[in-house]
Amino acid sequence: MRFTSFFSGLFLLLTGHLAFAATLSVATASNFSDTLKRIAPAFEKATGHHLRISAASSGKLYAQIRHGAPYDLFLSADAARPIALEQEGLNLPGSRFTYAVGQLALWAPDPANHGLAQKRLENHQFRRLAIGNPKTAPYGIAAMETLKQLGLWDALVNDAARGENIGQTFQFVATGNADIGFVALSQLIQAKIDPAQYWVIPAQHHQPILQQGIILKRSANKKAAERFFDFIKGPAAEQILRESGYLLEAAKE
Amino acid sequence: MMGPDDLSALWVTLRLAMISTLLLLMVGIPLAWWLARSKSRIRTLVETLIALPLVLPPTVLGFYLLIALSPSGFIGGFWQAMGGKGLAFTFTGLVIGSVLYSMPFVVQPLQNAFAAIDRRTLEAAATLRASPLNCFFTVVLPLARPGLITASTLGFAHTLGEFGVVLMIGGNIPGETQVLSIAIYDHVESLAYGQAHLLSAGLLLFSFLILYLVYRMNGTHFLHREQR
Repeated sequence: MRFTSFFSGLFLLLTGHLAFAATLSVATASNFSDTLKRIAPAFEKATGHHLRISAASSGKLYAQIRHGAPYDLFLSADAARPIALEQEGLNLPGSRFTYAVGQLALWAPDPANHGLAQKRLENHQFRRLAIGNPKTAPYGIAAMETLKQLGLWDALVNDAARGENIGQTFQFVATGNADIGFVALSQLIQAKIDPAQYWVIPAQHHQPILQQGIILKRSANKKAAERFFDFIKGPAAEQILRESGYLLEAAKE
Repeated sequence: MMGPDDLSALWVTLRLAMISTLLLLMVGIPLAWWLARSKSRIRTLVETLIALPLVLPPTVLGFYLLIALSPSGFIGGFWQAMGGKGLAFTFTGLVIGSVLYSMPFVVQPLQNAFAAIDRRTLEAAATLRASPLNCFFTVVLPLARPGLITASTLGFAHTLGEFGVVLMIGGNIPGETQVLSIAIYDHVESLAYGQAHLLSAGLLLFSFLILYLVYRMNGTHFLHREQR
């Protein structure tokens, strides 16, 4: 009797686990992959589901999804591409939401010898400025808007080195080829850069960098995907997001 | 339709390919001659170094170039000491990258062509009192003509289609470092598929034409020799 209940209990445990544990394929914008990797273990522990993370630029992932890539979730670095997929009817209706709001920062290494980032930008005290390409990188659009608002865009546009994505823009500054650059705050935190080296751009200088996500209509794991979206809105994920340099949707109101 | 940025990308690309090919021939011809004739021990080492870009992903070359071109880097530091400004994100930087990246495509056909020239032909020229330099220009280069044509075309075409290295060290500046392949990439990434198609199809057609012409030229050249 005890044996049978033990085995039936074990059986329930195993099959129950198997029935509910899904592996979710998440397509994430490269700039968010590090933060997602910090959120993943907490989510896996809380739900038993697993995340398989594919990181690339939002534009590439968008093109892949349009051509049938088998992802369950898409975490874009902008709002434009999730909206486009929604218009094409590829998302689970009602699933699109802002999972994080990016923060832009101006990074100028070696402030002891060259001065503070904000001053150097305003006084043109630099050799080469790096920004994300406004055509391909959401943080590039925010950098462009900031420069326009500061009245510096026209003077700097022709000479700025433009990274294909914000990762490359970071690399331009990190290797010293550009001595100042607009990057993501999350990157500076991840690389443990001394806050004295950067200026976090005030939110009113540019449109908020809304990073939106969707669940794909073709996903076979919609229930698990919805649990992930609930989780990323919850307090455990919220703390990781804040620590990683992101704001939350509610915070800007 | 092609925008002004696309036209300037076309011009940057053509200029880059022409200048790089010229420099590659200036460096590649003596280098290939030395490789074809030398019995030195460092020959194998040089051959290996030249062939590396064939094997390495452009991102590796681009990444190391980005470091080397920076003001504290090996090439960038030298350049600044000579009074130049930064090299990354400039047309000059792209030329340096292209020359390194396309080097095997120029040196290898030349080396093969030089190696195929019979030593006795050169000795015959020497007994007719041709100086080595004279001999090189009047005997060696005409005999190596197919190799020269192949080398110039491959060098040109390879630079034309270069992407990875330019993406890493170019900084995508219109009129300066934005080449066609990068402009196409931008269009694809920003969902302007129509413009991407236009430029892509143009590049495809142009590359096909160049290669076709070369193979035809080289083909007829061989025929002429056989008929003689």
